[in-house]
Amino acid sequence: MKTTRTEEFVTTDIAIIGAGPVGLFAVFEAGLLKMRCHLIDALPQVGGQLSEIYPQKPIYDIPGFPSITAQALIDGLMEQIEPFKPGFSLGERVDRLQQTSDKRFIIHTNEGTTIQAKVVVIAGGLGCFEPRKPEISGLDLFEGKGVNYMVKNPELYRGRKVVLSGGGDSALDWTLFLATIAERVTLVHRGETFRGHPDSAEKVFQLARQGTIDLLLQSQITSLGGNGHLQTVTVTDKQKNASVLEADYLIPLFGLTPKLGPIANWGLGIDNSALLVNVHDYSTNVDGIYAIGDINTYPGKLKLILCGFHEGALMAQSAFKHVYPDQKPSFKYTTVNGVNAF
Amino acid sequence: MIQITVEDRQGSVRDVRLDGYVGQSLMETLKGEGYDMRATCGGLALCADCHCLILAGERDLEPAKDAELITLDTRPDAQDNSRLSCQIRVADQLDGINIRLMGYAD
Ligand SMILES: Cc1cc2nc3c(=O)[nH]c(=O)nc-3n(C[C@H](O)[C@H](O)[C@H](O)COP(=O)(O)OP(=O)(O)OC[C@H]3O[C@@H](n4cnc5c(N)ncnc54)[C@H](O)[C@@H]3O)c2cc1C
Ligand code: FES
Repeated sequence: MKTTRTEEFVTTDIAIIGAGPVGLFAVFEAGLLKMRCHLIDALPQVGGQLSEIYPQKPIYDIPGFPSITAQALIDGLMEQIEPFKPGFSLGERVDRLQQTSDKRFIIHTNEGTTIQAKVVVIAGGLGCFEPRKPEISGLDLFEGKGVNYMVKNPELYRGRKVVLSGGGDSALDWTLFLATIAERVTLVHRGETFRGHPDSAEKVFQLARQGTIDLLLQSQITSLGGNGHLQTVTVTDKQKNASVLEADYLIPLFGLTPKLGPIANWGLGIDNSALLVNVHDYSTNVDGIYAIGDINTYPGKLKLILCGFHEGALMAQSAFKHVYPDQKPSFKYTTVNGVNAF
Repeated sequence: MIQITVEDRQGSVRDVRLDGYVGQSLMETLKGEGYDMRATCGGLALCADCHCLILAGERDLEPAKDAELITLDTRPDAQDNSRLSCQIRVADQLDGINIRLMGYAD
């Protein structure tokens, strides 16, 4: 799989926003009708909710699979669409959508990638997964100036004083990793124990006993200080004793939560955080923009993978007129025609 | 009779009768009673959208299991009296408890 980065310009027939199961299967339905697709997803991996929230859970209502784990379904979808060579921009959030005078669409991501397409399919599910933020006054003042919600480039922390907060696996794993390169690592956790991963929890306790890291349990970060860049973090324990730590970086790690995000600002009909569509073809109120899967709503809507697959099939038949305005889509069974790879 | 007191995310407090819901999860019950409940994971203790604080009567509840505690560890606003309402079954013991729904659109 190719992950495009930094100021790329892509031209395609259909730009699909969201690489969850529904966006992935739409590539197949589009491919049968000889339309090329490019997928964009804010997450670094494909699979949407299935890979992010419940990869190892079995799903029981996929036709033909009495039981299949979420990740196995995504792997199967990736194999199924491979003949149609979709492009991928992963780890990029679509922020802006524009229409040109000749009725094409231009999509802009937060990483500077631009995608030009004849059709836009929004398969954005529950929205972008974004980091959960703790309530610390002034947190936003230091975002990108010492406060980071993800470890993108560990080298940034070499020789620095780093405070992490959180009690999940990623807080433990990054504490262990950064302990090897940072000047000092402090992990702040509200609880007394870590239940996620007993092995990494044991290693963290061991490093704390050896004095390699500082572990502050039953404590919370209550305020931040600095002048332009983060310099101090105030930690308050259960007995309400506050202590001020020197810190170059604070990394709060509290998982991801979906937010509708930029999709709300594109002038599309919305009801209760979902896009209104016409059930004949799952088109939105803008000609050439479709919405399929969990992101759309219509009378009787069910947020099921199965329903999203159906919506993708009908969308593709309708999108054909935008990609090949002079032709009619021909409906053929795959048993008759096979799958003709690009 | 099972009656609990619920404070919603806007701060308004109301008594809710749960008699018809015995055996169901408190998350489903609150949804049925018209409370805003996104419940991304549908009650699998994975998303913490159903996070609530037990303001009174915590000791009457079955203690939280590991799956619930692991997910609560990922909530920045979790407290000692935090629970996931999808992991609490409606039963007679709930009578008289007092809960506050916590935010999920953070
Ligand atoms: C715990 C759990 C169990 C479930 N069990 C079942 C089940 O048994 N059967 C069933 O049918 N369904 C089940 N579901 C529901 C199912 O997961 C959803 O219906 C399905 O994921 C919807 O797929 P989607 O492709 O529409 O959206 P998603 O899977 O939500 O994917 C959408 C993607 O779009 C991306 N995105 C959004 N906005 C942007 C943007 N602006 N820029 C870039 N990327 C963006 C997101 O990052 C995300 O990856 C379950 C869900 C959960 C959470
Ligand atoms: S509904 Fe997801 S954790 Fe309770």
